[in-house]
Parts: sequence; structure tokens; C-alpha cells
Amino acid sequence: MTEQESTTNEEAEELRIGAFICECGVNIAGAVDCYAVADYISTLPNVVTSVVNKYTCSDAGQAEIKNAIKDLNLNRVLVASCTPKTHEPIFRACVEEAGLNQYLFEFVNIREHCSWIHMWEKEDATRKAKELVRMGVARAALLEPLESSEVPVTDAALVIGAGVTGMQAAMDIGDMGHKVYLVEQGPSIGGKMAQLDKTFPTNDCSICILGPKMVEVARNKNIEIMSYSEVEEVDGYVGNFKVKVKHKPRYLNIDECTGCGLCTEKCPVEVPYIEFNEGIGTRKAIYTPFPQAVPLRALVDKSICIDCGACIKACERGAIDMDQKETFSELDVGVIIVTAGYDVYNPEPNHDFGFGLYDNVITTMEFERLINASGPTMGKVVRPSDVQPPKRIGFVQCVGSRDTNSNIYCSSFCCMASLKNAQLLKEKYPETEVYIMYMDMRTPFRMYEEFYNRARDMGIRFIRGRPAEVTENEDHNIIARIEDTLTNEIVNLELDLMVLSVGAVASESTETVRQILKVSKAADGFMMEAHPKLKPVDTTLDGIFIGGMTQGPKDIPYSISQGSACAARATRFLAQGKALTEGITAKVDEDICVGCGVCVPMCPFQALSVEDDKLKILTALCKGCGTCMAACPTGALEQSHFKNEQLLAQVKNVFAYGEV
Amino acid sequence: MSDFEPDILTFCCNWCSYAGADLAGVSRLQYPTNNRIIRVMCSSRVEPIHILEALKEGTDGILVTGCHIGDCHYIEGNIHTDERMKEIVDALEHLGLKDRLHLEWVSAAEGKKFQETITDFVEKIRALGPNPLKEKAKEE
Repeated sequence: MTEQESTTNEEAEELRIGAFICECGVNIAGAVDCYAVADYISTLPNVVTSVVNKYTCSDAGQAEIKNAIKDLNLNRVLVASCTPKTHEPIFRACVEEAGLNQYLFEFVNIREHCSWIHMWEKEDATRKAKELVRMGVARAALLEPLESSEVPVTDAALVIGAGVTGMQAAMDIGDMGHKVYLVEQGPSIGGKMAQLDKTFPTNDCSICILGPKMVEVARNKNIEIMSYSEVEEVDGYVGNFKVKVKHKPRYLNIDECTGCGLCTEKCPVEVPYIEFNEGIGTRKAIYTPFPQAVPLRALVDKSICIDCGACIKACERGAIDMDQKETFSELDVGVIIVTAGYDVYNPEPNHDFGFGLYDNVITTMEFERLINASGPTMGKVVRPSDVQPPKRIGFVQCVGSRDTNSNIYCSSFCCMASLKNAQLLKEKYPETEVYIMYMDMRTPFRMYEEFYNRARDMGIRFIRGRPAEVTENEDHNIIARIEDTLTNEIVNLELDLMVLSVGAVASESTETVRQILKVSKAADGFMMEAHPKLKPVDTTLDGIFIGGMTQGPKDIPYSISQGSACAARATRFLAQGKALTEGITAKVDEDICVGCGVCVPMCPFQALSVEDDKLKILTALCKGCGTCMAACPTGALEQSHFKNEQLLAQVKNVFAYGEV
Repeated sequence: MSDFEPDILTFCCNWCSYAGADLAGVSRLQYPTNNRIIRVMCSSRVEPIHILEALKEGTDGILVTGCHIGDCHYIEGNIHTDERMKEIVDALEHLGLKDRLHLEWVSAAEGKKFQETITDFVEKIRALGPNPLKEKAKEE
């Protein structure tokens, strides 16, 4: 401590600040006169050098910083460029390589917070940039060196959600030799992909390619599947997360059950099977989720069970335990991957295109279950009103997507899903008339455009326009009134069945997990990645990653790629066995602290306690938010890197009043 | 006071509102040049002295921004922010300065809201006129 203080004092005597102003090509230079900024900054106290770079973050730019540190003996470096959210780690590493403590680096944002928002006000933008850098120089002068601490990483990963993305992430991590807890809220792994009939662009059976993968996950010795379980609480930080998982009662002993199905046969209670078959067909009160379920074990729906005891009598292994209670596990993991999936858009509340009003308007997911060979109709497509095969079927695109009344984003998979379902209909029932009503057909990626062309060749009719009005006639046929915007004609299309190609929305479980982990939410409601291009599966939280539909709508290949990406990003920590934590924490001056304890309840992380009339800080628990010091009545508490004097230096230098 | 351009200072938390301000930039959402941002890790780091000093320095308006309630990166830091700001506003009322401080929640996805918040606040303070302490601050 004494040594550090003396170093600081020594440096304070001869501060040598180097300022580097980035033009970012024309991104900054287009609106800010960077040379004028550099000239002004060079006049400020303690500034030894002030230069303009074309791109400060480039190799050449970073070399210039490192050389200046050595040649000019700089002990503070300031870069005025873009946002610290992406570039602070880069420049911190750069100054460290030149022998300067990374916390002696100061970042000023003159792109996102200046040039990009004042694109046509060069004079004012330049003045603002000068003032922003001036604030930075004032703060830089007061920066102090800090040490990040190295923490050990628990060699285990948590994957939340066992759809195809989560399964892929778990398998990749398991194959790399690390322990994985795969937590799934449903009774089986597999996710939404297990419900689909066939998958584009190859039209192979979804469960036939997913089933073996599910078995592989179960067989992987490093993966522990926790089905019918939910993450309740997460504490800790990268390398050291503590996770509380709730195991919901299945009302049977999962180790004794063999999934034979005798109990289901005897059960007298039958309800529509909403969870897997979209309410088409029924299930019993005791049931196995679907034939390929992993684990293939039954569960009891207590909300409808009449306690008749028929299943208990039927079970030869005595597996059923109606008194089972929920249980909890505490897990220690080093990294967390969230693959909590999506919900399909629900057209019922607004009765989009007559959904919920007319029996013969259904959603894509209902259609998937209808045409699925192992579905409730054994793959026979019938319409709900009279259970007869439809002869004229229309698909409506962009339901719940690209629509200011619901969601403005494109859900990206629905065009291909309808093309696939239309093709399947034509293959199965060649005489059926199939229509696709669309705004734009969107088919990027390999073999997708070819897939679209194939649909055209098969005689599927495309109408560019969506129904403006949907009604039903006495035969329960749907009349869709559409303007075909290619021919400028109004078409009254009579359909036996109309399928709404519904988009994706962030699932309820995605939102629940998001709130537990405090991951940011994007404008579309899905979880937000750390950077839209450079860090697509990272979050801003160290050690927490997101993949698949949790991050936004996407198709299966993209989801699987993200699953693998999450695994690779997360395993970096597990493989190294250590992680660096931020040096920014609360510090207490024991000479000033009177041990009043006002700060103690402020801390959300229980890092503070009062012992012998003095405050004790458990630095490992402190996340450096600064909540406590704002409550301290004596000024004994400080937040390193955001000390009062540092913040006040910014406050006092914010406006130069005509000086610039 | 037609040529009065207010000086606005905004405190942004690292996780939500700073990222919201970044998003406004990335989306090229133009707003007045009057605003300067100071980044803190959590909005709860902002103390009365920061506000009072800023006013003493002649700053015409101060915005404190953070994550929406329930979304705080530090669980409940912003709840403390909310409580503290109310207390500071009460204190500023006695000084006739209470309208110069405003608290707003802006998420990382709300670039548009950030733009609108700054624009509206600049207009509000413009209508209010300069901070009475400004002339003194300029002299010093």
C-alpha cells in the first residue's frame, strides 16, 4: 500500500499524458476536426503529446501508442475514438504490453457519442469533442494503477435449455472433456425441433436426425441431463457461479421407470395434448412425452389426475410415487450458456387472419403436427372443422413478423418453412392446390433459393400480397380477399385450410432466465449479444453466452452453429482453468470509517460487513457497482477507478465556457 | 435568451444507458450537441455532491440514466438511485433548481429513447433558461 501510494505520488509530480485522437477513417473525421481537437488538447496541462491517427486501433496505431509510451515516458494514455464497450480491452492490452498498468488508460468516446450523432454539425461536434477529451484528460491525471485478480475456474458448464442449440453446445463441451449440466424445463430434451415433421432444405425427417443426437447427448459421460428442471437462482461471477436448480416432481421414480407405457394405457383421464401436439389429439394424465423422448420416462400431470390408482396397479416396477415433492440441486459451474429457445407468435388475441374465429385457420406448428407421420393423425392432413382432407390450402407469410402491429423483425425461417410444407403437401397429395401468400420470399443461404425454385416447379402458386380480409362461408371454407400486387388484381381465394406462417417471439423462459442472469434485452425482446458482429454469442457478462433462438429468430443450421460457437467461447475459460476479474472494487479507508454500517444493506452481493467497528469488504464478492460508497456518510468508501475526485474532475471540466 | 444553448451533463451506467447511447450513435440518431456523458458502472454511484458540483460549475441540466427497474446489472442498484434522486430533488427544490435534474431509465436497446430523452431535456432546459449559478462559474 505504502509503495503504491508513493508511486502514485511520484507520478503525480510528473504526469505525462499522451492523447491519441482517432479519425476512424471518416467515421469521426467526417464530423469532427480531429486536428483541431489534437491542437487544443496539446495545450492542456500534463499533455506531452497529442496526435491524430487514421485508425488508432490498427496495428500501426497501437504501435504508435506503445512507442510513445517508451520514447516519451508516458505514464497516462488517452484514446479518443469509439466506444469502450468494444475497444477498451484492446487499448488496455496495448498499454500493458508497453509496460503501463492497464488502469492508467482513459477512453473517450467521440464516435457513438459525438460524430455519429452530430453528422452535419461539424463546428459544434468539434467543440464537443474538445470538451469530451478535456474531461478525459482531467480524469486521466487522477487515474491510479489497479491489479486485476486471477480467479480459479470451476471445471463445469451449465447449459440452460436442451433444444438443438443447447444439445450441440453440451455435446461439444462434453467432447472437449469438461463436465456439463444440461438443464431442460420440459420432460424431454429435443426442443421445438422434435415437433417438426421434415426440415428444409433437404426434407429429411426432423426427429430422424434429431433422435440419434438426443441419444448421443444422453450417452455422453460428461453430460448430466436435468430434465423437467428449472434454474431458480444464479450467484457469483465468471469461473465461480453458484446455481440453484429446481427439479419438478414427475411423481415417479425416474430410475425405476422404463417408459414401457403400461401406466398410460390404464389411465382413464384424457386431455388435449397441447405441449407437444398443439392441442391436436390427446394425452393421458400419466404419459411419456413422445416416442423418442430422452429420457424416455413417464410423468404425471397432477392438475388433471383423479388419484384413481390405476397406473400404480399397472406399473410392474412400482415406479410411481404420488407423494413426490420438488427437489433442489446446488451446482458449481465456471461458465453458463443460455439456449432457452423461443415461443411461436400467438395469433389468437388479435384474431390475425381469422385465427381463433374460424376452425380452418391454423398455425405452422399445428400443421407440422398434422403432417407428421408420428403425429396425432399419423401424418394424414385433415382440416379441423370436418376432419376431411383439404383440397385447397393457402399459407400466409409474415404472421407476427414484419408487421408494425406485432413484431417489426423478420423471423427468417418462416419462408423456408412454408416452402417446405407446401412441397410436402404436393408430394403427398399431388392434386392439392397449394398457395403461398407473401410480401417477399426470403431465401438466403446454400440450397435455399434452389428450394424455392423447386417449389415453383412443383406447381405451388405464389400470390404477392397478404389477405386484407378473411371470412368463412357456410361450408367452413375460408375466403381470403387479397390484392395480388404483381398483377394489380383483387383475388378472392376460397381455401379449405389456411395455415398462418407464424414467426418467433422470445420465449417466456428466455425472459425468466434473462432476468435471473441480468443479460440485456434487445429491442425485439430476445437476449442481446455483446456485439452484433464481433461477439454474436457473448454477452456483456463475463462467462455467460447465448445461442440459438434465445438470441433471436434463426433456422436450425444457424442455431447449431451458435451452439458450437457458445461451446468454444465458454470452453476457453474451462480449458485455461483461470479467469481475470476486474480490478474495479470498493475500497475503505479504515482511518475514516466509523463502522456505522449504513453501507452494509446497500450491497446486493453481501460483500460488506462490520467487524470491530470497522467495515470489512470481501473483495471476491464485490462487483464494483459503487452503490455502497454513494451511501457512505463519512467518505471512507471509495470505488477504485471511479473515485470521487476522478468523477468530480470530469464534472468540473465538462464545459470550457468559450475556452475551446 | 434566444441564443441560449444549455449545457447538459448526463450520467450513464455502463450496462444499460451507456449502451443505449452507443446504439443511438450506431443508428445515427441525431440529437442536439449540448450533451456530455460521464460513465459510471451503476447509476447508484452518482452522489449528491456530483450533482451539486455540476450545478455549481454552471451546468444547466443534469440527467441521471440507468437500467430499467428489474434489469439492473447489480440487481437493485437503480432502486437506490431512484430513492437518492428523489431526496436530491427535494433538496434542490429549496434552491429553486429541482427542474434541472431528471432521472430516466434507458435500456441497451433503447437508442431511440436515448435520443428522445436528450432532445426533450435540452428543450426543457432551454425553456427554463440558464442556471443562475452559471455567470459566477464562468467568472471563476
